[in-house]
Amino acid sequence: MADQDIALVAHLMRRAGFGASRDEIEAKAAQGYDNVVQELLNPKGGVDDDILMRYNPAYYEPGAIEVNTQLWVYKMINNPNQLQEKVALFWHMIFCAGHSKIDSGQEMGIMVNMFREHGMGRFDDLLLRLSENPGMMYYLDNTESHKANLNENYGRELLELFSLGVGHDGAFNYSEDDVKVCARAFTGWNVAPAYPPFPHGRSPWQFRFDPADHDDSEKTFLGETGNWNGDDIIRIICEQPGTARFLARHMYNFFVADEPQVPAWRLTPPRDIEAIKILEQAYFDSGHSIKAMLEALFTSDFFKDESVRYQKVKNPAEMVVSLLRMVGEHKEIKPGLFELSQEPKYMGQDLMNPPTVEGWHTGREWIDSGTLVERINFAAEMLGNTELEGVRGLVNRLMARGDTLTPEQFVEGCLDMTGPVQVTDDTHAQLVAHAAREGDLSHGTDEERATFTRRTGEMFQMIASTAEFQFE
Amino acid sequence: MVSTAKDPVLAVLSLSGGNDGLNTVIPRNNSYYRDFRPTIGVPEDQILPINDELGFHPTMAPLMKYWEAGQLAVFVGIGYPTPSYSHFRSMDIWHTCEPEIIGTEGWLGRAAKLMDPNSENVLTSVNFGRGLPRALVMEGVPVASVGNLETYGLLTGIDGENQRNEALDVFGRMYAPAIGSGPVLDYIHSTGTDALKGADILATAPDMYTSDVEYSNTVVGQYMKNIAQTHLANFGTRVLYTTSPYNGFDSHANQAQANAALWTDVSNTVDTFFTDLRNHDASDNVTLFLFTEFGRRVADNGSGTDHGAAGVAFAVGEHVKGGVYGVYPSLAPADQEEGGNLAFNLDFRSVYSTILEDWFGLEANPIVNGNFERVPFFNK
Repeated sequence: MADQDIALVAHLMRRAGFGASRDEIEAKAAQGYDNVVQELLNPKGGVDDDILMRYNPAYYEPGAIEVNTQLWVYKMINNPNQLQEKVALFWHMIFCAGHSKIDSGQEMGIMVNMFREHGMGRFDDLLLRLSENPGMMYYLDNTESHKANLNENYGRELLELFSLGVGHDGAFNYSEDDVKVCARAFTGWNVAPAYPPFPHGRSPWQFRFDPADHDDSEKTFLGETGNWNGDDIIRIICEQPGTARFLARHMYNFFVADEPQVPAWRLTPPRDIEAIKILEQAYFDSGHSIKAMLEALFTSDFFKDESVRYQKVKNPAEMVVSLLRMVGEHKEIKPGLFELSQEPKYMGQDLMNPPTVEGWHTGREWIDSGTLVERINFAAEMLGNTELEGVRGLVNRLMARGDTLTPEQFVEGCLDMTGPVQVTDDTHAQLVAHAAREGDLSHGTDEERATFTRRTGEMFQMIASTAEFQFE
Repeated sequence: MVSTAKDPVLAVLSLSGGNDGLNTVIPRNNSYYRDFRPTIGVPEDQILPINDELGFHPTMAPLMKYWEAGQLAVFVGIGYPTPSYSHFRSMDIWHTCEPEIIGTEGWLGRAAKLMDPNSENVLTSVNFGRGLPRALVMEGVPVASVGNLETYGLLTGIDGENQRNEALDVFGRMYAPAIGSGPVLDYIHSTGTDALKGADILATAPDMYTSDVEYSNTVVGQYMKNIAQTHLANFGTRVLYTTSPYNGFDSHANQAQANAALWTDVSNTVDTFFTDLRNHDASDNVTLFLFTEFGRRVADNGSGTDHGAAGVAFAVGEHVKGGVYGVYPSLAPADQEEGGNLAFNLDFRSVYSTILEDWFGLEANPIVNGNFERVPFFNK
């Protein structure tokens, strides 16, 4: 199997999933790239919730936020349909609602489940589900929006952050009047039982449409006049070129390469306009299918191109989960999952609790002096632990490369095993210089094997600490 | 502004979970207190009186000498308008001074930016605990966030001092400025260099430290010890921050036992901390601020209390003018707000403004997002 096939499938698994073990990458490369893409786009099986709940009843409809984030991290690690989990994270980072206000872990779990199950369907359907999601309705105050007393929050964010975006190619996509009309169309979209939960405590929310509280007067939205309800608004939104552009840019930013932050999109052209056009075309040709857009993306030349590899700063969930998958940890529910599920928070991504409705700032903004220390130490701790099954497997593979490895061969091998990671010439030279201090590596005797193992663990830690390892 | 021999330093201990103000600073001869706290009310003869009306919880005895010395400011009825009963949201409001919209910049992050505009000192702010509280967040302001000062640093997993030093040496060279590596890689290089610098400096603090006091072996005790160690190491750190274990003060049940243990620890630790600083002649320029995200419901629920509104906060230090600030809220049922909560009358942003202006000498308005009347709790 050619190295470039392995590198390409490794790239696909980093972007369409949370990476993979070396064994899995090689098995998938043998399957052929296009087959792997189809497998990712057409989920089958998955984590068996019945079995999971039977042995871990605490994970059944959990109320506590900590248990919901644990369960999600567990699924990110173990769901064989990796793209489902990646798509759930994609939507969670766009359709932002947070526990800080919703104050119910269960509602956050329900929202993420919805992203997992429906995140690759028609965009119209997804927006409708989002607009009926009780957590979101409460988070963006639609529960406070009434026929007689309008609250524009959801109406505005639906347009600005969830579908059209402020504008594209320099122009604006909607007016302030459209915001008001959008909000009016969603009056009566509410939840039951009403908030607050005091004094009797919380019971799960259900979506409830209240016709008496719905503004059913005539409305003009984006130039179309009628007696619009919320679902009409969604239909009109989904027909707009702005929506196709917005989705295409988000997908490019999440799956291909870092773009500027969202507020800059009206005025800043996309990094690769041809790529964006391909995705927009897929959106309209397929009748607004997210899956069709993803298929176009993963099978495109712009995605496969070497120039986009290691051009995206890993988000904290990607950093944590991809390491766990690489070293083969937490394949089953076991103690320590709580602490691991907190790691993304230490790195600046408190899952299920984004800082604002605008979400996390991504790309280089993931990195500051505090989060960089957390990222490096976590990565080094995982990859440097030669007791772990997955790391031991990598050491054995390295040994199989020859009876003696020169420092250059050793560094090449270690970079290959942990990615393959692409590093600058400077970094490469430093790593080789470090390896050269102890000379060639052999593994004929027990003592040599022990030294080989120790040096591999150390080299893995050095690689984990590079600036390049912050990217994927 | 207060005059100190060395630059003024603020230490913050955040009491996570919503401390019950009513059982901390107790309206000891208020009959409503007896009516509403049948289960967890503190018997009058155990309360430590601080004036005719109020008294401390009995576990706060170690703080009495600070009260008597006039070095303890007690803020009562402290809160903000339209209270949030969510731990996260209310803590965010205290961190960002934004009760209406969702803010992303922390008040102490903004203060640090003004104190060190060019980020010349990578240790201007140091947090103890994992993850950064939003109070310290500000773009372009480096903050070290230390899980464990004894082991803090990069590549702490490498065994053997020589191996680790060699690895750090390589790290330093890999993160040295490189030509033409692109803006994001450049940025990560300079951030990594800052982090390494900060870690190198911080790592020296425990070795420089000797002390004849012993801190309690709790998270609060150990992090307050780390704060003392960092302060005593003279790194120029101006803001030292830590948080008690997550939601520890969220006393829905078994409050009497749980809060007695918590306040025993907090009170002893505050006393140990200042004793330690005094023994090192380093207490003059330190003010310690203690706060929580909200107080609790007036009525107990049979074994604890549920989330409430106005609460209490404290400031301790040699330049603090001891006393009670704010008005103790009325417990009368007609005066209770929204299902049985104490109404606030002292905005926390007034206290922040006082710290910023009188202690740090900074203009408070742009930091706390508005003009709030100062509470003159420093001796000038």
